[in-house]
Amino acid sequence: MSLEKYEAVIGLEVHAQLLTKSKMFCGCSTSFGAAPNENVCPVCMGMPGVLPVLNRSAVELAVRAGIAAHCEIAPHSIFDRKSYFYPDLPKGYQISQYETPVCKGGYVEISVGKDNPQMRRIRLVRIHLEEDAGKNIHEASGSLVDFNRSGVPLLEIVSEPDIRSAEEAGAYLRSLHAILRYADISDARMEEGSMRCDVNVSVRPRGSEKYGVKTEIKNLNSFRFVEKAIDFEVSRQIDVLESGGKISQETHLWDPVREQTRPMRSKEFANDYRYFPEPDLPPLRVPPDLVEKVKTEMPELPADRRARYIRDFGLTPYEADVLIAEREIADYFEATLPALKNRKTAANWVMTEVLRVVRESGETIDRSAPAASETGALLKMVEAEEISLNAAKTAFAAMCKSGKSAKDTVAELGLAQVSDEAAIASACDKVIASEPAKVAEYRGGRDKLFGFFVGQVMKSMGGKANPKVINEILKAKLAG
Amino acid sequence: MATELNKLTIADARALLDRREISSRELTRACLDRIAAVEPKLNAFITVCEREALEQADAADKRLAAKESQAMLGIPMAIKDIYATAGVRTTCASKILANFVPPFDATVIAKLREQGAVFLGKANMDEFAMGSSTENSAFGPTRNPHDLERVAGGSSGGSAAAIAADECLASLGTDTGGSIREPASFCGVVGIKPTYSRVSRYGVVAYASSLDQVGPFAKTVRDAATVLGAVAGVDPRDSTCSARPVPDYARAMTGDVKGVRIGVPKEYFVEGMQPEVETAVRGALKRYESMGARTVEISLAHTPYAIAAYYLIATAEASANLARYDGIRYGLRVEADNHIDLYNRSRAAGFGAEVKRRIMLGTFALSAGYYDAYYLKAQKVRTLIRRDFERAFESCDAIVVPVAPTTAFRLGEKTDDPLQMYLSDIFTISVNLAGLPGMSIPCGFDNAGLPIGMQIIAPAFAEESIFRIGDAYERSGASTPRATKI
Repeated sequence: MSLEKYEAVIGLEVHAQLLTKSKMFCGCSTSFGAAPNENVCPVCMGMPGVLPVLNRSAVELAVRAGIAAHCEIAPHSIFDRKSYFYPDLPKGYQISQYETPVCKGGYVEISVGKDNPQMRRIRLVRIHLEEDAGKNIHEASGSLVDFNRSGVPLLEIVSEPDIRSAEEAGAYLRSLHAILRYADISDARMEEGSMRCDVNVSVRPRGSEKYGVKTEIKNLNSFRFVEKAIDFEVSRQIDVLESGGKISQETHLWDPVREQTRPMRSKEFANDYRYFPEPDLPPLRVPPDLVEKVKTEMPELPADRRARYIRDFGLTPYEADVLIAEREIADYFEATLPALKNRKTAANWVMTEVLRVVRESGETIDRSAPAASETGALLKMVEAEEISLNAAKTAFAAMCKSGKSAKDTVAELGLAQVSDEAAIASACDKVIASEPAKVAEYRGGRDKLFGFFVGQVMKSMGGKANPKVINEILKAKLAG
Repeated sequence: MATELNKLTIADARALLDRREISSRELTRACLDRIAAVEPKLNAFITVCEREALEQADAADKRLAAKESQAMLGIPMAIKDIYATAGVRTTCASKILANFVPPFDATVIAKLREQGAVFLGKANMDEFAMGSSTENSAFGPTRNPHDLERVAGGSSGGSAAAIAADECLASLGTDTGGSIREPASFCGVVGIKPTYSRVSRYGVVAYASSLDQVGPFAKTVRDAATVLGAVAGVDPRDSTCSARPVPDYARAMTGDVKGVRIGVPKEYFVEGMQPEVETAVRGALKRYESMGARTVEISLAHTPYAIAAYYLIATAEASANLARYDGIRYGLRVEADNHIDLYNRSRAAGFGAEVKRRIMLGTFALSAGYYDAYYLKAQKVRTLIRRDFERAFESCDAIVVPVAPTTAFRLGEKTDDPLQMYLSDIFTISVNLAGLPGMSIPCGFDNAGLPIGMQIIAPAFAEESIFRIGDAYERSGASTPRATKI
């Protein structure tokens, strides 16, 4: 296969909606789900004579993103007008940043490989601020425009072409997604459009330093589509080159139904944006004390949390990666911990039992799993040997459905473990008395039979006996 | 006296209103009567708001009865039709906005409304403030009250003519390249373009955002200072608006110009100028010397490049500012099968020739491959022009030059020759590029009896110097306004 002969070169442009209460240049709400054209005013409708006033918290969130991604924060940057006509763009230009972005350089760390994950840095070109456009809605009766989103603040995060595979692109997006969510910069929900991604893809013969001709892929609204589109586009480009063709620089749209990319008509993207400095806004100044303030307010970032899990909880890098991938999961994990001595048990439980429930339900963790404190209480019972691990699984499944507490569930289902030595001793005596032949064999040296006796005792006690106590008592009695 | 109330200055009307010797309703009625009498000939207004004006006058009279006194309370004004006025159509003299009624007030309108000013109506102008004669109006040209065959100047021609014809006591215009000062000069009234950022631009329909500035027209320098004081100052809706406190301009007008150094740039007395204009301005300079001021020769070396730089920067900004008139949300829409054709048809039908010309110039100047040669180069020239002024103001306190090379020209005289029209602004444009304040005050008449204006330019935020120097000239008795023939 020719895949080995070629190397993919991929760069991503990610747009993330900032978690500000109001829009970038006016006081309108940014809330999702309002009735069409409810969150609008003369400014975000582009009425004659209106002027933009920059939202300070948008700037702070951009700086926060810059710090989280190790960027250089520009003390001085400017806004530009990017001109194009489209019905959802009320002013006929978008206020963006062109030559001087608020953040330059930096990198995002990704963890690649499952068995032995390696950290790799994907460098960033820049992060800049810009405003969103409205939304065109096409109906049988005609086209409509909803300007609720018009003027919502966005970050555009542009990576260097450091990505070499669809898998790495996925890892980069997940890492960026985690940073944006951990730092409360963005909801970063691709399905809701609060995170969007355009992909630049080219291929070149392995070992070559020169970049090939790239294509841009748009309309990617899930991590999975990004990965599929890259795989498709890389093979398409290799096929073209292998059959002696040339790649033309063009923009493609991802068709999620056919699972393939198709070129856009040239009319759809041939634009000269005629950037020039926005005269209605003074230069954006980010003084050192603002950078310091943002640094001190920075929530714990995923990379720091990963390191902490490995260092303080003794988790493996793989376990840490799984837990930190989603902030809700990591927060859930930590909320189970306070009463527990063994963090590893909780980590395993969250990775297997909790994530399974979340996955199977297709819901968010807070809707599908029991409250973290209850899961913690359940694990505490295991740790205190009040219930067995198997009993805990039974209880957990019931708790997911009923929403009842760990204590009530264990009581209702009668899952409490028996540690009463007298009761266990009496059960042991009965088993020993009923199996004289096996006892003789064991005492004759067949150590392996020990498990059989444990099983018999457990069975006679309905599975609720504390295995440790059974072990101790049986050992003493059989030694006789 | 009642029939002549419309001829009052703000200062005189203020005294009479505060003493309750006249009512704002009487004053407003007098202006409305005058409007009704002269508008058929003059066309200074696009929209007259008789009912609203009388209601506002009555409200002002109530406040006056309660002994309230505010600079603009009860004073009837004309507003250039470029200011957003809530509930009153704001056309910018364009077909594309002919039926546009804004849901909000421009900041300066809100300020004046709160102070109880009376809005008589919306004054005529060149479409989107692009022009020097008010001939580029979709509502027909405004004529000069001194000679109805001549232009009123532009783009704020309606605001200037309305003052000259005593249709109002004060008016608001805007000045991007001379659009207050040139019509003030042509109509023989006072008009000031303040420092860029001195007055909020919020709600003022944008032509060239880095150059546009709000300013008043009035019958006297003192009146102009009163209106400016009422509208200037910080605005949280305009990020480019200065937070500097607004001085009490009245205190600056002492009548004393002893020791004031007046700069006279050699580049502003050029060949091709109408001789009477130079004579009148030189006469004014002599008068200042006789009053104890000193004249100093200065140089503003980059003046010859100002017009070229202006027509790149202003049109570039305009090409983006006017992109919003697309027929989608408001304004004229010519239906089509797809949105591209809808834009094309709506904009083709909605914009006049000069607006289209400037949009095309600006679009070209910003295009890929041309940006550096045109827009960027123009910005560099702009910096040089600003430095010229900074250097000049090291040796003088203010600069006095003509406002325009000629007095009011005939209607239609320059409409077929855009370049000749652009040259009308040759003495005013540099001031916008440098962001400085400049005022036009009458300083004489040409042989045909048409007014001549002189321009007083000061450093940024030195409006007080301008008012002081202009007021002293008025007080010397040199600037006698001549009654218009209308």
